[in-house]
Amino acid sequence: MFEYAPAPESRSVVDLKASYGLFIDGEFVDPADGGSFKSINPASEEVLAEVSEAGTQDVERAVRAARKAYEKVWGPMPGRDRAKYLFRIARLIQERSRELAVLESLDNGKPIKESRDVDLPLVAAHFFYYAGWADKLEHAGFGANPRPIGVAAQVIPWNFPLLMLAWKIAPALAAGNTVVLKPAETTPLTALLFAEICQQAELPAGVVNIITGAGDTGRTLVEHPGVDKVAFTGSTDVGRAIARSVAGTRKKLTLELGGKAANIVFDDAPIDQAVEGIVNGIFFNQGHVCCAGSRLLVQENVADRVLESLKRRMAQLRVGDPLDKNTDIGAINSAAQLERIRELSDAGSAEGAERWSPPCELPDRGFWFAPTIFTGVTQAHRIAREEIFGPVLSVLTFRTPAEAVEKANNTPYGLSAGIWTDKGSRILWMADRLRAGVVWANTFNKFDPTSPFGGYKESGYGREGGRHGLEGYLNV
Amino acid sequence: MSERVAVRKTYKLFIGGKFPRSESGRSYLVQSSNVSLASRKDARDAVVAARAAVKGWAGATAYNRGQILYRAAEMLEGRREQFVALGVPGDEVDAAVDRWVWYAGWADKLSQVYGGANPVAGPYFNLSAPEPTGVVAVVAPERPALLGLVSVIAPAIVTGNTVVVAASPTEPLAAVTLAEVLATSDLPGGVVNILTGRITETAPTLAAHMDVNAIDLTGVTDADLAADLEVKAAENLKRVLRPAPADHDWSADPGVTRMTTLLETKTVWHPKGV
Repeated sequence: MFEYAPAPESRSVVDLKASYGLFIDGEFVDPADGGSFKSINPASEEVLAEVSEAGTQDVERAVRAARKAYEKVWGPMPGRDRAKYLFRIARLIQERSRELAVLESLDNGKPIKESRDVDLPLVAAHFFYYAGWADKLEHAGFGANPRPIGVAAQVIPWNFPLLMLAWKIAPALAAGNTVVLKPAETTPLTALLFAEICQQAELPAGVVNIITGAGDTGRTLVEHPGVDKVAFTGSTDVGRAIARSVAGTRKKLTLELGGKAANIVFDDAPIDQAVEGIVNGIFFNQGHVCCAGSRLLVQENVADRVLESLKRRMAQLRVGDPLDKNTDIGAINSAAQLERIRELSDAGSAEGAERWSPPCELPDRGFWFAPTIFTGVTQAHRIAREEIFGPVLSVLTFRTPAEAVEKANNTPYGLSAGIWTDKGSRILWMADRLRAGVVWANTFNKFDPTSPFGGYKESGYGREGGRHGLEGYLNV
Repeated sequence: MSERVAVRKTYKLFIGGKFPRSESGRSYLVQSSNVSLASRKDARDAVVAARAAVKGWAGATAYNRGQILYRAAEMLEGRREQFVALGVPGDEVDAAVDRWVWYAGWADKLSQVYGGANPVAGPYFNLSAPEPTGVVAVVAPERPALLGLVSVIAPAIVTGNTVVVAASPTEPLAAVTLAEVLATSDLPGGVVNILTGRITETAPTLAAHMDVNAIDLTGVTDADLAADLEVKAAENLKRVLRPAPADHDWSADPGVTRMTTLLETKTVWHPKGV
């Protein structure tokens, strides 16, 4: 591998406070019972800031603020004015994108090249896209006079903290709802910086409320009777619990949950491009991606060639400092997640699959996991069935297109899938049969605000992005 | 001359295109007829039949599905008097026929209205299209027995789903007669399966069944039962249509939500290049 001098992005652009309150009714306030927790940099384990833990009273306050803003300000406001606030937010995000990208990499552990070139551009684009919908809802195909739902409770994960915030807040506000959003406990900082952006945009108080905390805070929020809509992105287990908790209420629910996507490589695929797609599919964002291509299905007659090429490519991946512009794979987001990846990988070895990682020096401090592939995996192995949510790829083989479809669909999940082949008719034939919400053909992990995203089966329901993304926030 | 002795009809279940009695051998009396009292096993058998029918029905062309639904309207029109004899008002039969026709026309239009190309910021062809979710369990409204039933079956199957319907327990005769209409409409066996009996017996089995993709609770009037069914449905994250309000107007324009809730949106990306 070539040697590169370190090229770290400066963190001086980020001005972190020692501690943060909860963002309720347009202001940062202390939590009622004074609880707090620390957010750390997973690449170094240093404490970045102290963050408030919202309790029952704080949730109550936030929901009340959102209700008041919905009834008095945001609900009655003409769509064209809502649009202008959202456009303002989009612009502020662009203007402060470097700051947000560095903070995202610090708090999450993802490489700066991803936070800078993927997350932040998509965040700004998402606000731009939905801003334009705010005064055109009657043309969105949901009837002549679609109405907002009310107060939305939104709980988001740690893998794309600011992007998931954008996916939640932008359509909710465009449709005329107000929100209480809870970021993940390991990655709350960019959401708090977003709260400052709301202040800078002079967004009316209470339209966006951001409360920090862990699972209990999230549960209290989604179970609050003053909430009209619940949107959750995260694990299937928590999604199930939320679906149970809203049973018997009139709360509208959308869920974007786990995945175990098949990335299917046929023998006529351009192998080098497919290998890039495989690497992107599973190692992008350390594999902390719900739509990651975590099961490689490769046609048997090219399996050796693909694997050889894949291993050669994996040996070129640079694992290390997320702020270094040369870094391909950053830190695992938390000690708990690292433990889960280790546990499932150990199960892969114990169940008889063959494990391989390139020679790879990992930093001493922080949470790290080398890019890993397992060959000789069967469909019964845990690593072929369970979502690992880390840089771990399970390789299976197939002979016929029908067998590829059968194996790809043999999972309770249905979020995404990839197809690599030179034959157009085969792509369309496969795409028709794959039970997945997003199918990438000869590409992988592409996202766009205009493109609906969401799962089949136990990967959840509802779509985010595009015209479809409005539906979850309108009374239709 | 003596009066002719009528040939009476046996009211049975409708599963996989056949008319079996309940495997439990049980029945209950409605309007002087013994109606099958479906068991939990019947419900599971119906799910198996519905699952087996998914591939053919979802894979049929939209045009073909539309033709078959229209055929069902024709058959229903022809049996108008039979429904009237069961006590269904003539106006309701007419409205039910019209509803079949309305939904039949949606078969080859919903993909255009609800899907489409997405203008992504890059050199990609990107298309979203709706697909059926799979097997849908339906608790039909207690009344109107015919119009209510048609209004929940048609939107589910027109897009390619297959259904297991728990019919109105108090007015099941119209449901079984509708099954006879469907059985003569070129609808493949298993696309619609109809269970008569107690909702409290069949619905929990359907709600908890891991091979059911969605549940329509429209006809559940007991709020506690509805909540319990929704909790059961969460186990495999079924799509849920919640109970209709008691004052729901079945003659009003139904809109598209009944169809779209039972659809998945699939988005396919492909690079453009030479």
